[in-house]
Amino acid sequence: MDVPVLKQRDYLIASVQAVLTDRDLVVLRDRLVEQVGYYRSIGVILDVTGLDVMDSFSVRTLRDMAHMIRLRGADTVIVGIQPEVAFSMVQLGLSLEGVPTALDLEEGLAYFDNRPKRNHTRLR
Amino acid sequence: MTRGAEALPRMASGLAKNLNETATIAIDAVADIVTARQRGREMALRLGFSETESTLIATIISELSRNVVLYAQHGEIRLEASTKSGKRGLVIISHDEGPGIPDVQRAIVGGYSTSGGLGLGLCGVQRMVDELHIDTKIGRGTTITAKKWLS
Ligand SMILES: Nc1ncnc2c1ncn2[C@@H]1O[C@H](COP(=O)(O)OP(=O)(O)O)[C@@H](O)[C@H]1O
Ligand SMILES: [Mg+2]
Repeated sequence: MDVPVLKQRDYLIASVQAVLTDRDLVVLRDRLVEQVGYYRSIGVILDVTGLDVMDSFSVRTLRDMAHMIRLRGADTVIVGIQPEVAFSMVQLGLSLEGVPTALDLEEGLAYFDNRPKRNHTRLR
Repeated sequence: MTRGAEALPRMASGLAKNLNETATIAIDAVADIVTARQRGREMALRLGFSETESTLIATIISELSRNVVLYAQHGEIRLEASTKSGKRGLVIISHDEGPGIPDVQRAIVGGYSTSGGLGLGLCGVQRMVDELHIDTKIGRGTTITAKKWLS
């Protein structure tokens, strides 16, 4: 499953629109880590609306991805975690730790534009 | 006489089949994890579980089937609609003939991983289900039975 990645101003926007296998998720992680350099982006917005589940593997991969992107000088914000997915994550005891999250794409962009309309958790 | 005696159990098993939908999904590669959890979600919804509970069930199946791929390479996930003292539910059985789990207690407590993972799969599954049974033998394999009842 190929995840479309869009460049918008200084940001990269990746939207997961269908279910991903573990392999797809790792490919996406590596691609975003690379493209941050290629497009000289300062932020990555990952929209996970299309993910059917967030289990321990997805959480670890997304955490690693955000960390790798940070090491490349950019920030990541994860948007679109659905209510039932959030519920399962809490039940499983899974957390995205320091990775910032926002409600949706719009809020994700607002997070980077430094004018949050809502309260966001910040990495630093 | 013979015909009557034959027909009765056949009818009974036919009825039981409707109440006890089952599915077996072979787990041989990461793509099968997705297939198994999608089948599980559909079955959970058909059984009357909510969207949230069905996502929880899909997540449980995802964790169990990934362990099969990761640690045993091959195995299967079996899904069985079930009833117990008037309650309906779903039984998820993961089965493999892999290396077995050396220290089940440690694996269940969490934070322990032999693959550099988070080690939160089994402990999370245990927290999310109503009943969990782990049958494992070193060098022989692992069968994990997880039951979730409709509330
Ligand atoms: N089917 C299995 N066969 C053999 N070992 C297993 C199996 N499932 C789990 N384990 C062992 O239990 C540990 C904990 O599993 P889990 O909680 O899913 O965390 P993780 O997969 O992240 O390590 C694994 O690291 C592995 O050593
Ligand atoms: Mg696991």
